[in-house]
Amino acid sequence: MMLSDDDVREILRIIDTTPLRELRIETNGFKLHVLRGGQPATEPPTASERPGGRAEIGLVTIPAPMLGTFFRQEAPGEPPFVEVGSRVEPDTTVCIIEVMKMMNSVAAGVSGVVAEVCATNAEMVEYGAPLFRVEPA
Amino acid sequence: MRRVLIPNRGEIAVRIVRACRDAGLECVIACSDVDRDGAAAQLADASVCIGPAPAAASYLRDDAVVQAALGTGCDAIHPGYGFLAESPRLARRAEEHGLTFVGPPSAVIELAGDKLRAREQAAAAGLPVLPGRMVASAVAAVATAEEIGYPVLLKAAGGGGGRGIKLVRDGAELAPLLGLARSEARAAFGDERVYVERFIAAARHVEVQIAAGADGEVVHLGERDCSVQRRYQKLVEESPAPELSDAARAAIHRAAVEFAEAIGYRNLGTVEFVVDADTEEFFFLEMNCRIQVEHPVTEVLTGRDLVGLQLRVAGGAPLDFDQDDVRFDGHAIECRLCAEDPARGFQPSPGTLRRFSVPELPGLRVDTHCAAGVTIPPYYDSLMAKLIAGAPTRDRSLELLLEALEETEVEGVETNRALLSSVLQRPEFQAGAVTTDWLERAIA
Repeated sequence: MMLSDDDVREILRIIDTTPLRELRIETNGFKLHVLRGGQPATEPPTASERPGGRAEIGLVTIPAPMLGTFFRQEAPGEPPFVEVGSRVEPDTTVCIIEVMKMMNSVAAGVSGVVAEVCATNAEMVEYGAPLFRVEPA
Repeated sequence: MRRVLIPNRGEIAVRIVRACRDAGLECVIACSDVDRDGAAAQLADASVCIGPAPAAASYLRDDAVVQAALGTGCDAIHPGYGFLAESPRLARRAEEHGLTFVGPPSAVIELAGDKLRAREQAAAAGLPVLPGRMVASAVAAVATAEEIGYPVLLKAAGGGGGRGIKLVRDGAELAPLLGLARSEARAAFGDERVYVERFIAAARHVEVQIAAGADGEVVHLGERDCSVQRRYQKLVEESPAPELSDAARAAIHRAAVEFAEAIGYRNLGTVEFVVDADTEEFFFLEMNCRIQVEHPVTEVLTGRDLVGLQLRVAGGAPLDFDQDDVRFDGHAIECRLCAEDPARGFQPSPGTLRRFSVPELPGLRVDTHCAAGVTIPPYYDSLMAKLIAGAPTRDRSLELLLEALEETEVEGVETNRALLSSVLQRPEFQAGAVTTDWLERAIA
């Protein structure tokens, strides 16, 4: 199911104007769970959110080509290769994955705009884990 | 040791997960893309994907394995068998990063892996090695063959894979075959050096399970006869080895312990011998520095958990038993059920199991990662399950294993079940010892 802008506005209106503590909307292919002032929901990822998959329609995931430590910049203190909003081309370096002191640069493999950074800097990512999501353009 | 990384798959990964549980250790499975949903990954405390399906890009990447261990907070690596189990590089990398490698030290793995050096060490330790020598001329070849005694094998020194190997029955055959062996060796390997070695017509494969504590004390846990082979792949293994005199058995055990002591071995290992079925003479072949596929045979016979032992010794413990405590109870036989298609020359038969059912029988142990719905991927070996029967006598053990095979049901892939049943029912096998060339002749 695709949400229109009006749908989103309507959902936000319901949340804002009612005293509900919790809201669950579930339709075919769409799940929304809102907790007012609560902890973030920790639901297991669905099949489409598995590493390498596409979590949101229209966005392309850049998966980790190998297991290793994810670095967003060339060296500590330097600016990240990309930020949310950065324009990338297929050969743009988006991050480095370090495996046993070997630095492997990862190319975007797609043209578009970075919509999300999915991995945490300096932490281990497994093979296939989503690193970035890109809105193709 | 608190948390163990297991960079392996299939039945052995499941076996190690269980041993970790028993030892109160956490475990993390490091697996390839296609094994994320495998039995071991499901059973373990956590799993981490180290690469895509081809082993060269996942299970054989020692850098990814060490990185995965560090990244998941593991302090030890149990490599299982196959893949990187005998990689001195992985052992060294683990050592460098302060990780405990569950196996012998890297220097020992390196020595054992160098066949020529291992052979020299064995000879120096007083073990019999197959008589043989490199020959530079026809005259030297004749002299060596006469000293060793016919028949002899001529082998290309630079080669392998069976090319350049000639069987010489007597002195009259030597000169012409030497010429042939040399030209074949030159053509195949660009090296015409030829090695003359004693040929054992009726060879048995007998190996000794040894264990060495962290303090270096070595004991043996008996032998296994693995002579039922197809294309150098073991199919049926048993202990004790049938039709071996007490004197020969004791001498082989002693030789294995002496070799392990001589090279400063630690943890679990197997010393392999070739035994001349006619004379009971035995010769050192090589040492394997890992848990073996057929280890359950010894576990059933001795009542000892060998994977648990590996973990304890890796943690720095001496053996908690000595040679006199090792008891051998009855007879154990194992057969390897593989996804192979007998109609297509035993080619691997990957696929998804619609049905997988093995019986529960008293005295039967089954080590497997298979169940209905499990996919056997085409990337790795085809072993599905090991069926191990322990009983007071060899005959009873054979009967039990046959019954187990008859009641095993597999749908979705082809298997070698009928071949295994047929091996167990052949009069030659039922009568006792067979030689390593027996099965291929029997099914030809």
